[in-house]
Amino acid sequence: MKFGVVVFPGSNCDLDAFHLVKDVLKQPVDYIWHTQENLEGYDCIILPGGFSYGDYLRCGAIARFSPVMKEVVRFAHNGGLVIGICNGFQILLEAGLLPGALYRNTNLQFRCHFTYLKVENTDTPFTKGIAPDRLLKIPIAHGEGNYYADGETLCRLQENGQIVFRYADADGKVTDAANPNGSLYNIAGICNETRNVLGMMPHPERAAEAILGSEDGRLIFEALLRYKEGGR
Amino acid sequence: MRPEDWRSMGLKDSEYEAIVNILGREPNIVELGMYSVMWSEHCSYKNSRAVLRTFPTQGPRVLQGPGENAGIVDIGDGMAVCFKIESHNHPSAIEPYQGAATGVGGIIRDIFTMGARPIALLNSLRFGPLDDARSRYLFGGVVSGIAGYGNCVGIPTVAGEVYFDNCYRGNPLVNAMCVGLLETDKIKRGRATGVGNPVILAGARTGRDGMHGVTFASEELNAASEERRPAVQVGDPFMEKLLLEACLELINSGLVEGIQDLGGAGLTCATSEMASRGGSGMEIDLDKVPCRETGMTPVEIMLSESQERMLLTVRPENEEKVHAVFERWGLASATIGRVTADGILRIRMGGKVVAEVPARSLAEDAPVYCPAFREPAYLQTTSVLNLKEIPDVEDAEDVLLKLLSAPNIASKEWVWRQYDYMVRTCTVVLPGSDAAVLRIRGSKKGLAMTTDCNARYVYLDPYTGGMIAVAEAARNVVCSGGEPLAVTDCLNFGNPEKPEIYWQFRKAVEGMSAACVALNTPVIGGNVSFYNETEGEAIYPTPVVGMVGLLEDVAKRCTQSFKEAGDVIVLLGSTYDELGGSEYLAVIHGLVKGKPPALDLEREKAVQRTVLTAIRQGLLRSAHDLSEGGLAVALAESTFENLIGAEIHLTTAGLRKDSLLFGESQSRIVVSLPQEKLPILQEIAEQHNVPLQVIGRIGGERLKICLDAEPVVDLGVKELHAIWREAIELLLK
Amino acid sequence: MYKAQIKVLLKQSVLDPQGQAVEKALASLSYDNVEHVRIGKYMEVTLRAEDRAAAEAQIREMCERLLANTVIEDYTFELVEV
Repeated sequence: MKFGVVVFPGSNCDLDAFHLVKDVLKQPVDYIWHTQENLEGYDCIILPGGFSYGDYLRCGAIARFSPVMKEVVRFAHNGGLVIGICNGFQILLEAGLLPGALYRNTNLQFRCHFTYLKVENTDTPFTKGIAPDRLLKIPIAHGEGNYYADGETLCRLQENGQIVFRYADADGKVTDAANPNGSLYNIAGICNETRNVLGMMPHPERAAEAILGSEDGRLIFEALLRYKEGGR
Repeated sequence: MRPEDWRSMGLKDSEYEAIVNILGREPNIVELGMYSVMWSEHCSYKNSRAVLRTFPTQGPRVLQGPGENAGIVDIGDGMAVCFKIESHNHPSAIEPYQGAATGVGGIIRDIFTMGARPIALLNSLRFGPLDDARSRYLFGGVVSGIAGYGNCVGIPTVAGEVYFDNCYRGNPLVNAMCVGLLETDKIKRGRATGVGNPVILAGARTGRDGMHGVTFASEELNAASEERRPAVQVGDPFMEKLLLEACLELINSGLVEGIQDLGGAGLTCATSEMASRGGSGMEIDLDKVPCRETGMTPVEIMLSESQERMLLTVRPENEEKVHAVFERWGLASATIGRVTADGILRIRMGGKVVAEVPARSLAEDAPVYCPAFREPAYLQTTSVLNLKEIPDVEDAEDVLLKLLSAPNIASKEWVWRQYDYMVRTCTVVLPGSDAAVLRIRGSKKGLAMTTDCNARYVYLDPYTGGMIAVAEAARNVVCSGGEPLAVTDCLNFGNPEKPEIYWQFRKAVEGMSAACVALNTPVIGGNVSFYNETEGEAIYPTPVVGMVGLLEDVAKRCTQSFKEAGDVIVLLGSTYDELGGSEYLAVIHGLVKGKPPALDLEREKAVQRTVLTAIRQGLLRSAHDLSEGGLAVALAESTFENLIGAEIHLTTAGLRKDSLLFGESQSRIVVSLPQEKLPILQEIAEQHNVPLQVIGRIGGERLKICLDAEPVVDLGVKELHAIWREAIELLLK
Repeated sequence: MYKAQIKVLLKQSVLDPQGQAVEKALASLSYDNVEHVRIGKYMEVTLRAEDRAAAEAQIREMCERLLANTVIEDYTFELVEV
């Protein structure tokens, strides 16, 4: 399965995503510079974490106008798989590929620590095959991970099964105490209606090897590989 | 020129005379400005050089010692580690966020300018007590600033220390350390060589920020210091990230001859140091410098401390390629001059020569002072500690709880969870253990790293305190499974023109040197910050040690947490009746007195060797060195990560109870291991002549300590953990 | 030449944690008559345009496309001739 990791000026976690795909999953992967306008041949595009354009104006606000993003939008509309991680999620929201917005953590601090994610929908290419009650121990690292959408949008997301991950405690309960940033409904990750675009604040690439403290992040990518194997 | 002209810039009359002698004439205003910044304490180390030369700086692994932008140590297989620590104290006292942020920015540049990819950040911070509103403000601002800058650049901040004491009330300390990785054949130096080579300035445009920042850093703070706010620079971490990537790309492509970052004293420092090191000169045309503001004068351009700028010398045939790379990264770059052969730094603007001085004279020829030194009077009173006047502990549980919630011991999670310590996915021992450990992808190796200094010890006995700072850093590295490699030092002291302060400085360096020699950790570079005084009150002498160690096999790393019920707990080393300078004495008895605990360097070496050997042989499940709060605190800390208890049996054997439980005798490490491995550990300890005592076993959910068969502590681990974990946040409410 | 003075604030329905934090800080400084604090962004965009109407149209477009995230923010602006 061929992956492309987009690199914007200011992206930091491109390295980590690349390493995950190449060294851990052992799949072909390229870096895609933000001015590149050709995404032919890729099965999955990753928009990695970091501080594209320094997070100036708003996180992802400037990156979403990069030349490559026109192609990413087209790629997504044609059914291609796209994962936006942290800043990547912010870029997907700014680009309109996912609904809602992300803004400053309620606690007004940058927070870096492991979280437990409840998988709300195992019927997406990113989560199919993950046991329904399996909690994923995946870390966050962000100052602007507070997910907001208006009431109507939230209902729609709920009804359509577009909420994919929610912050939970170690026992799997979705509580306020388990919410690290104030996100509505403890939303940690969502997908689009056609389920081919996923945005998530936690960093699965930081939880893909035992030596890093958790391998749960790899489950998302293994689901993708299975999805590709199984064909459409 | 009138005396006010040079005195207001911080130059002494004798220094002005020296400049006149060097030039054979009076300097003009531009030249005077250049000398005033280059000969400031911060840039020239004129008050410290003579003493710094006594540090041991050589070793078989040292590829670059002091004198360049950062030191470099060989770690085998064609790889090297580059690291340095620097202070940014004075700016942080005025504008904590930007002061700390730009401190981080500066140290990152010092690393990648050597050709190394920065892989980790550490810091050592000191503030006044948390019941002081301004200290809380500075604390919050500094931590935010470090987080804001480091996180954006994408380098994990993995370790550090934070201390609170009254002496830092007016003078917070912000020391930032950076560690980088490079290949031994890709080392770059800040040297201008090759006559005719273009000199390129890249990065941010030059503005009026930070004028006379180094002069500001070379004087005491007082009420008027707030108005010095313009002297504080504002950092742009996004620009830094782009600059880092562009420079590393250029260096790895072999397109760069010499490279140096612009920090204190801006363009003046970068040009004069590069020319001086290269034995060359430079012609610089200020009209070519990309400026952010209009109408900048030559003095302003030469002294500006605008951040995120680099100076490069390249071969003429590579000039265009270099500009193209900067352009691709969205960075401004301009050829501003050429390398010459005559050793003169010649600055032009508007077609006229505005400054013309020998580069060496700026970079190397600042006068070297040997300030007077005298043992301080306070030592007469502080060194006397009559233990008979201190009642032994009655309620050990109460003392333990007070110590665990004392700011200097309590969990610093409130601080480090604001830092991204995971980015680059190489951090394999996360904050919370004795040292951070990073893996090196593509190899089996790992690096352990830490910053350490118990300044109270240094205050009470600078020689011993300095020695202990180095020993403790090494001990922390060893407990993580690393072999200590080398030291970078950040020496924070008061006004060196006061004999008592200078005595502290000399003694601390002496002590540090002794430990560096014994432990085989040469000093490869560092920083001095003097004048940390407000209204005449100096900080404790605070020589911070940054240390990096090597793990040949990162799989053989160790952490401080107890892991398996049933494992035995062993104490290595000896305990004595020593309470001087201890956190226990300060927190419970309100005293800062006595001498710090004695340090026997031979014993220290032996204990470290024992533990390192044991870790390498896969014997140990945990290792934690004893420091503030002594044994009881170390044991409690070991129970926290996995919330697993322990039952401890100790015999006082003539010692005071408080010495045994809370004393800070040196060279002690508490380890845990499976019962069946104990005989092997005993053999190793015996080989090294290290006392070994089995003191208990892991299990249950409580920390139980018996002294002479009498229970003195029986507390739930969850309760202890909660008190320790929440203390700082509670104090900030 | 026109200068647009643009204010961007979080929508009323969106929690403003920064505003709340500053409200508390003012209260702790004894300004107990402060009812409410909201925090936003102020931007100045100086541009050449044929006339006021054209400038206004462009600024509005800039706000919609880039300067404000209309999912979560509201914007207002004033246009001054310079």
